Amino acid sequence: MGKYGKFGILMAIIVGSLLWLATAGISGSQTYYKSIAELRQMGNKAQTHHVRVGGDVQANSIVHEAAGVVEFNLVQDKDVLRVAYEGRDPLPDTFRDGAQALAMGKLGPDNVFHATEIQAKCASKYAPKPGMAPDALQPKAPGAASSSSL
Amino acid sequence: MENLGALALLLAFCISLYAIVANVVGKLKNKPFLLLSGERAVLAVWFLITSAAGLLIYSMMTGDMRLAYVASHTNKAMPTFYKFAAWWGGQEGSLLFWSWILSTYGAVVVFTGRKQHRQLLPWALAILSAVQLFFLILNAFVVSPFQVLAVDRVVTSVPDGMGLNPLLQYWAMVIHPPMLYLGYVGFAVPFAFAMASLISKAPGESWIHLTRRWTIVTWLFQGMGIMLGSAWAYHVLGWGGYWMWDPVENASLLPWLASTAFLHSVMMQEKKGMMKVWNMVLISATFFLCIYGTFLTRSGIISSVHAFAESPIGKFFVTFLAIGIAATVWLILDRLDYLKSEAELESVVSRESSFLFNNLILLASCFAVLWGTMFPVISEKFAAEKISLDAVWFNRLMVPIGLFLLFLTGVGPLFAWRRTSLESLRKNFQWPGIGMLIVIAALVAGGMRYPYSIISLGLCFFVAATIVLEFYRGATAINEKTKSGLIPAMIELTHRNTRRYGGYLVHMGMVLMFIGWSGHPFNQTAVGEVNKGDSMQVGAYTLKVADLQDADYPDYQQETAILEVSKNGQPIGRLEPARRFYKTAQQATAEVALRSRINEDLYINYAVRNGDKATLQAYVFPLVSWIWVGTLVLIGGTFVCLIPAKVARSYPRTEVVGVGKKNAPVQA
Repeated sequence: MGKYGKFGILMAIIVGSLLWLATAGISGSQTYYKSIAELRQMGNKAQTHHVRVGGDVQANSIVHEAAGVVEFNLVQDKDVLRVAYEGRDPLPDTFRDGAQALAMGKLGPDNVFHATEIQAKCASKYAPKPGMAPDALQPKAPGAASSSSL
Repeated sequence: MENLGALALLLAFCISLYAIVANVVGKLKNKPFLLLSGERAVLAVWFLITSAAGLLIYSMMTGDMRLAYVASHTNKAMPTFYKFAAWWGGQEGSLLFWSWILSTYGAVVVFTGRKQHRQLLPWALAILSAVQLFFLILNAFVVSPFQVLAVDRVVTSVPDGMGLNPLLQYWAMVIHPPMLYLGYVGFAVPFAFAMASLISKAPGESWIHLTRRWTIVTWLFQGMGIMLGSAWAYHVLGWGGYWMWDPVENASLLPWLASTAFLHSVMMQEKKGMMKVWNMVLISATFFLCIYGTFLTRSGIISSVHAFAESPIGKFFVTFLAIGIAATVWLILDRLDYLKSEAELESVVSRESSFLFNNLILLASCFAVLWGTMFPVISEKFAAEKISLDAVWFNRLMVPIGLFLLFLTGVGPLFAWRRTSLESLRKNFQWPGIGMLIVIAALVAGGMRYPYSIISLGLCFFVAATIVLEFYRGATAINEKTKSGLIPAMIELTHRNTRRYGGYLVHMGMVLMFIGWSGHPFNQTAVGEVNKGDSMQVGAYTLKVADLQDADYPDYQQETAILEVSKNGQPIGRLEPARRFYKTAQQATAEVALRSRINEDLYINYAVRNGDKATLQAYVFPLVSWIWVGTLVLIGGTFVCLIPAKVARSYPRTEVVGVGKKNAPVQA
């Protein structure tokens, strides 16, 4: 075998094993980005796949259940989703009534979304202060780190 | 004020355009006066952008709340230091900062390049000006930092600004963006010289020699920027991690990976005249990945914790990338004849081959990260579903890649050029190899069950041993002649060939970082809801809550837990994790309590208060300090690489009979 053959085989082994690593078990690493309406249309898939949904936390809907479970309603364009947060980490401070939240998890058979992770952006951060015109700073979209620099 | 600033940017735009024309026409028609005016135009652009930046900074310092940028990113109570940092704290300002750094680099190129590289300079300046032109379009017409609130708004001014996100009010976060930008922007210069060399069909590797230091410094900035961000996440965010494969983190890693490949493969071109096309591709890829990274941070196409607010500049970046990449590809293809290789690969066990595999692996990792980062966009396009990939996927791919690179770090530098004899393999690798096996056996016997950590620590020993052996052998040889002692001999050795031994130090820094990463599977976690008098356990540590305190400050409210910490029953002092709630920003930040030791960190985050109970997250992170120590060694090693070697070496190329002889330039 020529030296180029050896190089070719070595490279093929490397690239091949990387491709294998990249594709094997990829489904376990995938998170589907869905709106609440789309989540409803997923059918059984919503119960087996990891999904991320976003929306606003409905006011006065946050209930602290026993055993650390927190339930609340997520609202997106009039669609309402009941979410039960069962994760280990405490909820972020930005999580409160009216906040924009992202919930990661799976839909349960009870039609409650069982989230293992919650991210929240505090919608009030760019809200006007008293005495300030309401739309003064609105075009700066609310974002947890919109003033971040990288 | 804002009119002056906008005018300066507009003028800078016009003069950049002139700089391109003057340099290109001056070079083609050979008009020295036009070329001189082209150089001066680059300096004028620097002056104008500096003025614009100065005006913006002045507005921030004086709190001119009529400006939208000032009102959204500063407030009057902010310390001057952070007011200044607000320059790069937001979209518009950071783009101006980008332009300013690029124009500064342009001015430096003019001053340093006037005498040395007359031939390439006009083309390089034209390319730099073209890049500058693009950013000035954004600055002057699309996202002007001098936008006043009154435009399209009811109000013309606000009483006080929104201030900078309190999470970012931390020293590392102030210098992290400038470091990254210095890196991102800096690769424009080697790219410009590479293209200049292609356009003018310049013979040889002059562009590589001209830009070697430049590339290394830029690479260093990029690496420091990444590590500062990582250190900030670890020390400030309170989740205890230093890397989460977030899209924007990945965006900063991509050009670093590509440029690391470039730094290695240029050695092949310098010493053997090989891989010329490849190096052109690599430096272009690095540059465009920098632009891509800037774009990814700003366009909002991929959601990320870091992202700026969404904005319309995405399509400008896509257009610029498309034109730039198309032009570069065409140029390289058109000039293929000038990029013929002068030698061939001879053996799989050779330095050339190890460089080849190093490049293959780095590029593969670069592609993997790019693929994973863009997966939501790709899957939306082709599968009509937006799907993201998590950190588990990245780690599954990147950990083996990292370990293979670590292995190459050990063997590559000790393989001989062309081919390596069995004898030299034995001499260089016998003891490190045996040592590695002993380390691995000891770890397994000690009950360690994480294969990647075992392999990693084994390889770390192997690579460290080969490096130490190299220093030791070289120093002994010198010491025999000079009798100066081993340590001075080692310094002398390094000084004689700074590139080689500085490179070893950089490798050593990477080894130390790998040791730190190997500790990751051994992390221990405990979450506890505790009241005064309670205690909780994490690893060997017992945390006893002495008190829970509340305090009110002008800026923020603070809740603190006073913990008495003991390890294996021995008291080791107090730790005070706290949580602050900033009133104006309506945002909480963690004040992590950290006890850092060489073997492990005890990391306590005060998560939340519920009634009279506080939730504490306690972690033990083994070996994390090694990552930061490794970074410092890497920085030191890079500085050594930059010192001119005491013994000037000409690196004569190995002449290979019959192969590419025609093209081989005669080396003096």
